[in-house]
Amino acid sequence: MSINWFKYSSPQTFFPLAGRLALGFGILALLACGAGLYLGFFVAPTDAQQGESYRIIFIHVPAAWMSMFLYVIMAFWAGLGLAFNTRLSGMMASAIAPTGALFTFIALWTGSLWGKPAWGTWWVWDARLTSELILLFLYFGFMALQAAIDDPRRADKAGAVLALVGVVNVPIIYFSVKWWNTLHQGASVSLTKAPSMAATMLAGMLVMSFAFWFYSIAAVLLRARCIMLEREHNSDWAGQYARGAA
Amino acid sequence: MSWGSLDNFLAMGGYAVYVWGSYAVTLVLIVAELLVLARRKRNAVERIR
Repeated sequence: MSINWFKYSSPQTFFPLAGRLALGFGILALLACGAGLYLGFFVAPTDAQQGESYRIIFIHVPAAWMSMFLYVIMAFWAGLGLAFNTRLSGMMASAIAPTGALFTFIALWTGSLWGKPAWGTWWVWDARLTSELILLFLYFGFMALQAAIDDPRRADKAGAVLALVGVVNVPIIYFSVKWWNTLHQGASVSLTKAPSMAATMLAGMLVMSFAFWFYSIAAVLLRARCIMLEREHNSDWAGQYARGAA
Repeated sequence: MSWGSLDNFLAMGGYAVYVWGSYAVTLVLIVAELLVLARRKRNAVERIR
């Protein structure tokens, strides 16, 4: 039975690799964050309509992108675990959820602080905001469901079903500004038409997106390492690591 | 983009609460996540030992 689990990747070989990758991506995240904030605050000009309040964009949009992207990756790992019964897949899905919830909350929080000066309200029940709030509840639901089930492999399976059903919400968030008449503005950046903002604003936003992306990879890998140690605390490799890490 | 002075920069054209409120909460949450991860790792290692 254990041969099937080791088919794709095994925790004891992935554990040290994840540690090295987390360090590398953490350093990249810091560098990108420095560059992105420099572009955002010292290169990008004041917005003609919104003044300086628009500078929230440099975290709001990257956080919103990450919140959706991480959910899709989480559902991907969860589905892989469900289909192939691989040990690492469920661990990766569980490792992504809290960081995904974090970025969803940041997107909502910064959106609220931007909505007040831009629209005159902290919150409105329009399609974009409501579907993003549902995303936060999907992350929380996934984490709560997994926490409620003692057997990790059953927790993985139950969580995977929830993650896969919930993935339908991601295109709803993304296209909500097209499908419904929302207070939230349309996409600032799309693949089909030229971006509707100054090049330096766009550059700052994209560099900050890389920073959040690199940070997410680092944080998820660090959490995956914790989960590996917790779930395999009886194994030889975990014992060797724990004694070595004294 | 030249701010002229630190006060101008911190004032963010009158939007200081909104802009810095966004950045501060983001920073605090990210630092908190890293601290939680560090503690979780420590606990996992101690449980094995």
